[in-house]
Amino acid sequence: MKDLIIKGGRIIDPTQGIDEVGNILIADGLIKSIGKGTSITPNAEVISAKGKVVCPGFIDLHCHLRQPGFENKETIATGTRAAARGGFTTVCCMPNTDPPLDNLPLVEYVKSVAEKEALVRMLPIGCITRGRKSEELADMAEMAAAGVVGFSDDGSYVKNARLMRRAMEYSLPLGLPVVEHCEDSDLAMDGQMNEGIIATRLGLCGIPAAAEEVAIARDIILAELTGARLHIAHVSTVGSVELIRQAKRRGIKVTAEVTPHHLTMTEERVLGYNTNAKVNPPLRTQADIDALIAGLKDGTIDIIASDHAPHTLNEKLCEFGMATSGISGLETALGSLMGLVHQGKLPLDLLISKLTSEPARILGNIHGKLGTLAVGALADITVFDPDAEWTVDVEKFASKGKNTPLNGEKLKGKVMMTIYGGRIVYREGNEKLSF
Amino acid sequence: MNKETLNHTQDASVWKHHHVLDVDDFSLAEIELVMQTTDAMKEVLSRPIKKVPTLRGKTVVTLFYEASTRTRGSFEVAAKNLSADVVNMTAQSSSISKGESLIDTLKTLEALGANIIVMRHNFSGAPYLAAKHSKANIINAGDGWHAHPTQALLDLYTIIKHKGKAEGLKVVIVGDIKHSRVAHSNIWCLSKMGVKVMLCGPPTLLPAGLDDTGEYFPQVAVETDIQRALKNADVVMELRLQKERMQSGLLPGLREFIGGYQLNRERLALAKPDAIVMHPGPVNEDIELTTDVLHGARSVVGEQVANGVAVRMAILYLLAGSKEL
Repeated sequence: MKDLIIKGGRIIDPTQGIDEVGNILIADGLIKSIGKGTSITPNAEVISAKGKVVCPGFIDLHCHLRQPGFENKETIATGTRAAARGGFTTVCCMPNTDPPLDNLPLVEYVKSVAEKEALVRMLPIGCITRGRKSEELADMAEMAAAGVVGFSDDGSYVKNARLMRRAMEYSLPLGLPVVEHCEDSDLAMDGQMNEGIIATRLGLCGIPAAAEEVAIARDIILAELTGARLHIAHVSTVGSVELIRQAKRRGIKVTAEVTPHHLTMTEERVLGYNTNAKVNPPLRTQADIDALIAGLKDGTIDIIASDHAPHTLNEKLCEFGMATSGISGLETALGSLMGLVHQGKLPLDLLISKLTSEPARILGNIHGKLGTLAVGALADITVFDPDAEWTVDVEKFASKGKNTPLNGEKLKGKVMMTIYGGRIVYREGNEKLSF
Repeated sequence: MNKETLNHTQDASVWKHHHVLDVDDFSLAEIELVMQTTDAMKEVLSRPIKKVPTLRGKTVVTLFYEASTRTRGSFEVAAKNLSADVVNMTAQSSSISKGESLIDTLKTLEALGANIIVMRHNFSGAPYLAAKHSKANIINAGDGWHAHPTQALLDLYTIIKHKGKAEGLKVVIVGDIKHSRVAHSNIWCLSKMGVKVMLCGPPTLLPAGLDDTGEYFPQVAVETDIQRALKNADVVMELRLQKERMQSGLLPGLREFIGGYQLNRERLALAKPDAIVMHPGPVNEDIELTTDVLHGARSVVGEQVANGVAVRMAILYLLAGSKEL
């Protein structure tokens, strides 16, 4: 592997408190040196990063790569290519596949596919309950030994509180978080979008904020009871942010994530029965967005995760009530989030930490030193142009999922290069690189 | 036809619709044009031979994903009165039951020469999807909880026939507002006409967000007590109660609904002396309305059905862009 020198970029690494123009030398897949005086080695490929931001590769703790079972929506191969295009060097995939990832052989299968076909690091998440049925525990310890990074029945809430308590207790010696899709299914029943006047206007059954908040409240109490690590997926409401804030104050081991779409879009996107804006949890209101941003700023919300949920065209080209929920988000994450930076709502270094060092902290160290540009760390690096404007064109997506309400919209902020383990896996304008 | 019977306050050029999906995007002038055209259709219906050649050679398809008696029948009669060829399709008797998608079904109907498609669908918004993917004119004959524009127009027509004009009237809509497309379209249509709309029902059957600013939905008054709601009412419109509302925990039972929201003779006496009683049908007799009120002198339920044919003739006529009757 050729050595790489990324020259003259604005290096931002929250783990080292670095925000300065400099060079990075990469050799043998590792970061060899970082700073102003980095020497140029012969034979190294020099990449000019002038005017660009150079930061640790993004880490996505929540995406759906759909393999096995839904290969028409996405595969590990296409999903990790989408990740590379989005600047992500590590993606954690949710186990709501078919069959669901609830046992050792399935985890091994997914890992073996990833070894052959993944373009970036893919870390699986295993189920909490067998078959995601909320009836009995999945083989959590065996899956932990096989390398899952957490447990989740994502897409469904673990309805049975007793079982959730047991799962949390059982997870303690495994050292892994329980990642919960917090949604009370009775309160959310038949729901199609956020409850409120727009749902009333469209004649769609609403999902109240309470459906999420009730579920979060229960899990926080169980986390307090068990001492387990609870990670709350895709937080979307004012009330949820406040519940998590209070829990953190009380010292409960809870972490939380928010998606780019919940940070940037409101329920108005659904007007006109736009099935591409149908997502679960639903897009909410501006007040919710404001609370989510405040939560990111004060540390209540630890990370940003894509909840990349690819679907086929047919699954969205239908009646709103029949459409599947989800947004294909890996390739628009940075561009839409940079909008918040340009509007002055989110500092750039904070955004980067929420995509790099913070998710790395939740993952722990077992998969190597991630989310940092420290000397000796794996050379997972994202180079992006914070000011480049581009128009979202789903036909150019590497993801099979073209389902995004952002198609045709202008975003400001573009991934220029993604380096995974010292190898360039994406270079803007050269799509063929992703072998 | 005899042009003198038309009250030419609105010129046909105000009509801008290619599809009729809801009344929320109707201008006041368009609503008035529909009322006026309905008058003309009433005249046609009063003739010994109730048939005009307006839609000769055109094909109207009724595409119903849900059961319906009066709406489907009303559209069929209306289309036939205008000399259209009418094809009736239901979900049960077509490829829809074999899993054909709505868009594919529409393409098929288009290929078969459908000019106007009248559709009813259990999912809110389905006619909007249809309008995006079909060259034919789409008329929404009811979609989910969302809208039923021709019902709202025929209700308005019926109100105007009795009250002279709509502006300034107080219309109380009673019952299951939340799940009622009839209520939703009526709220839009009546609000546009300057009617004071009051919704009355148990909190579980009222839609969410009514306290909002009015940017996305007309602002309406809400009153959970029927006795207070009926005060000074010019029109009382009861809605059909679906039996499944009890199963889903929205109501304890019929007895409590009847106790709280049935329109009976005593309650009707609380409204204005000349108040009229409406219901979109089909009526659950002795649930929403007592039999004596339903068949009483103040009830215009039968007229609503009759006016339905004329209003639908008017809509078909306007959509076809025809200049002759």
